[in-house]
Amino acid sequence: MAKTYVSATINGESSEFLCETQQTLLDVLRDVVGLTGSKEGCASGDCGACSVIMDGRLVCSCLVLGVEAEGKTITTIEGIAQGDHLHPIQQKFLEHAALQCGFCTPGLIVATKALLDENPNPTETEARYWLAGNLCRCTGYDKVIRAVMDVAAEMRGETVG
Amino acid sequence: MPKVVLSSGSAGQSFTGGQTEFEVEATTFRRLILELEKRFPGLGRQVEESMAIAIDGEIFQDAYAAELKPGSEIYLIPKIGGG
Amino acid sequence: MNYIDSSLKVVGTRPIRPDGVDKVTGRAVFAADTRASGMLWGKIKRSPHAHARIVSIDTSKAEALPGVRAVVTSADFPDIASEEAFVGEGPMNFRDLSLNVMARGKALYEGHAIAAVAASTQAIADAALELIDVQYEVLPHVIEVEAAMAPDAPILHDDLFTAGVTPAPTKPSNIAKVVTFKKGDADAGFAEADVIVEGRYTTQPVHQAYIEPHACLVTYAPDGQITIHASSQGHFMIRAYTAKLLGLEMSNIRVNPAEIGGGFGGKTLIYLEPVAVALSRKSGRSVKMQMTREEVFRGSGPTSGATIEVKLGAKKDGTIVAAKQVLKFQAGAFPGSPIGPGCMCGFAMYDLPNVDVVGYDVVSNRPKVAAYRAPGAPITSFGVESAMDELAIKLGMDPLTLREKNAATNGTKTHYGPTHVNIGFTAVLAAVKSHPHWKSPLKEGHGRGLATGFWFNIGGESTATVHVNEDGSIVAATGSPDIGGSRASIGMMVAEVLGVSAQHVRTVVADTASIGYTFVTGGSRVTFATGMAATQAAEKVVDELKRRAAATWDIPVEAVEWKDGMAYPAGSNAGAFEPLDLASLALKQARTGGPINAEVSVNAQGAGAGFGAHICDVSVDKETGHVKIERYTAIQDVGKAIHPSYVEGQIQGGAAQGIGWALNEEYIYNAKGQMENAGFLDYRVPVASDVPMIEAVLVEVPNPRHPFGARGVGEVPIVPPMAAIANAIRSATGLRMPDLPMSPPKVRAAIDAAG
Repeated sequence: MAKTYVSATINGESSEFLCETQQTLLDVLRDVVGLTGSKEGCASGDCGACSVIMDGRLVCSCLVLGVEAEGKTITTIEGIAQGDHLHPIQQKFLEHAALQCGFCTPGLIVATKALLDENPNPTETEARYWLAGNLCRCTGYDKVIRAVMDVAAEMRGETVG
Repeated sequence: MPKVVLSSGSAGQSFTGGQTEFEVEATTFRRLILELEKRFPGLGRQVEESMAIAIDGEIFQDAYAAELKPGSEIYLIPKIGGG
Repeated sequence: MNYIDSSLKVVGTRPIRPDGVDKVTGRAVFAADTRASGMLWGKIKRSPHAHARIVSIDTSKAEALPGVRAVVTSADFPDIASEEAFVGEGPMNFRDLSLNVMARGKALYEGHAIAAVAASTQAIADAALELIDVQYEVLPHVIEVEAAMAPDAPILHDDLFTAGVTPAPTKPSNIAKVVTFKKGDADAGFAEADVIVEGRYTTQPVHQAYIEPHACLVTYAPDGQITIHASSQGHFMIRAYTAKLLGLEMSNIRVNPAEIGGGFGGKTLIYLEPVAVALSRKSGRSVKMQMTREEVFRGSGPTSGATIEVKLGAKKDGTIVAAKQVLKFQAGAFPGSPIGPGCMCGFAMYDLPNVDVVGYDVVSNRPKVAAYRAPGAPITSFGVESAMDELAIKLGMDPLTLREKNAATNGTKTHYGPTHVNIGFTAVLAAVKSHPHWKSPLKEGHGRGLATGFWFNIGGESTATVHVNEDGSIVAATGSPDIGGSRASIGMMVAEVLGVSAQHVRTVVADTASIGYTFVTGGSRVTFATGMAATQAAEKVVDELKRRAAATWDIPVEAVEWKDGMAYPAGSNAGAFEPLDLASLALKQARTGGPINAEVSVNAQGAGAGFGAHICDVSVDKETGHVKIERYTAIQDVGKAIHPSYVEGQIQGGAAQGIGWALNEEYIYNAKGQMENAGFLDYRVPVASDVPMIEAVLVEVPNPRHPFGARGVGEVPIVPPMAAIANAIRSATGLRMPDLPMSPPKVRAAIDAAG
């Protein structure tokens, strides 16, 4: 099967790859580019474990074709931290124990980043609806939502210390 | 002699003809299994494979050495797993 | 040693978990993230029929497809004998497990594995599955439990005869087992009762729905050495089952525990690994397998669906004098539902003089059930705790008062025999009574429900090692896969014993070739049993460190004491020496006796039962039948919370799973016995907007059998939610919802029927 040449910016770096036309962006990220932080939980856009930000928009990478990445800017979980500095979202997830098995965590953190990029001051209800596309079976979402609300406040400069 | 009760009417009772209480000359869970097997062929294996022992309220899943004392409350119950 | 009354510096605090950074950065390696050079992709062909004889399997076309390297069927697996096993969870038979992994002769459910292929790409493997020609003779099937018990039901196994009945039956049956428990005289008890309530309840099978599908990477080398990377709740379990199902020696199999993306009991048995080994052996290449979400639903085990009949009799003052229960549990295609615990857990919260419980373990054409959090207990408790609510209503009594009046305490003799010891149920009920949620007035239109739950918790076999590194830092290794933060709790117990900070201890999960046998992560046993092994290993290391200090100072070891991570001379008589810290002692380890470490294996007993009580407020939309959880509080005796955040997390997660079980989750079958909702869109687990904050209240009644007083905590929280929510709906609407899930169509229909 002839492969298609694709050029995209992934986590700030220009990236080139060949992919089959039917391959999803998720499969390309995991199997071709070698970024396995995005997870496959369902391959049908229902669980959000494969969430990435593409040109500023939160998408399930299992619902995007690899060839659609042409010319796009993509942020995956591997691009959230700056070098060895965790992003405040990652730090708050750790502090709040907002993960147990950690499989849905990359998707939740990417989705939270997209939320706060768009709405730095979400209500709890807004956060819950925004993250409703990211299934977590371990935590019951309580500590996840607490981490999101806390990091949003911190990034707005509202928390002390 | 310790008294042992087969608490459930599960598979175990089919070996004992319905009897559920036994006085057994045994000081450990292992001796108990051997003793039951001698008395009711097949029951020892049944206990070994699918039952746990509760001694004075504490459940021992697989401990042959668990001590049986006269006057202790001793029950054979189904083994317990978990998620 | 016992630290229950000691002042603790690490245990009870909330440090960041050792594997945390890997998990928030995407670096953590789950089984599906592993790769091997020259790796093939393995895929499974599954039965489209609920019940069918396999007449023939022609694999020639698939084998001829370019890129296909191996095709296997049951002919590639030994036909092993019936033999009971207890290396996973719950009773298991190796032959059944083998037949479940690859069907032989008959397909017993839609999704049953029939054949498998390994090919160079996933697309070729998928194409090859289509080319495998299976001829079936479709047989009548049976899905529902009571239909499967009917005398004229299609029989799944010609060699299955009901156990536990006399005389032994001569005809095969779908009823694998009958279990009975009796205490006192139930009929006489009911004759004395002033008030009697009776109800019939049903629950649907629900899937554990871990977000990570089953996956593994297997390499079979030409010398017969096998390496497996797998996501499971027990890599020793993977090794044992794989060896058994393929007739291999365990020493030839090394299983590396990948990070596990949720299990909840569902990853305590195997599906893929023996198939991948067979494919790797045949192809001479590494083989990776990964289930799709659809395969997870169709091919792996949910927990049982059931019918539950409950009858309770009480005096006017609320004293329960008799209780009866009949439980019929779906086992799926092979025997082994959690009927035993189901029969034991329902009434375990109460002190009852006369009890009669009968349980049936019933096979039908569904996937073989797997463990799911407190297996059996949530099902039986939905019935009992709903009936308790009805009894309270009929008595005109507060539901908490009714439970207080009949609560089990230390010394209560259970209906299954043993006497409760060291339990904290009354402390849990006291915490309900004093909680602001319970005391708060009910909002207009809301309803409030209360339900309780019990789980045994288990101990079992665990191994842990503690190493002092050359610089004095610490590594703790165990054989327990970390499913929800156990590396943190184990490292903290080790740190506490050694007198160092949690960050000083690196906790890892060692593979099957690197540490002694350890039973699965399940039954809420890891922090209890593996924690006990790790604590003892740390104590041995402390003893060794004291010897090393004694050797350095040339004084008797009795004259050395260990405090805050350092060796001190014990009193002035011992001599005036500067304390020696871990780094100093490690630096001189060669001079004082060589490497400093300890390995301890235990078979931990006395796990200490757990009790919980949940309070739930709901509102019900009368137009749509939608039930909204307005407020939720989960109170539980946890013994001692080693890392309170992860204890709360277990409780919150278990409660949310219970909310899904109560309101949405179910398996929907069509007339052909095929599952119609095998995906997350249609099998709807709770999402963030479905649930409120879940307040977890930790009651700490120490378990004297654990060095820090811990009890298992992971399972109790899924027991009360279904009845708590049903009771809240009853309170809000006056309607008793006896059938799960209490989904909008059902609630709406109940509202309409009531007029």
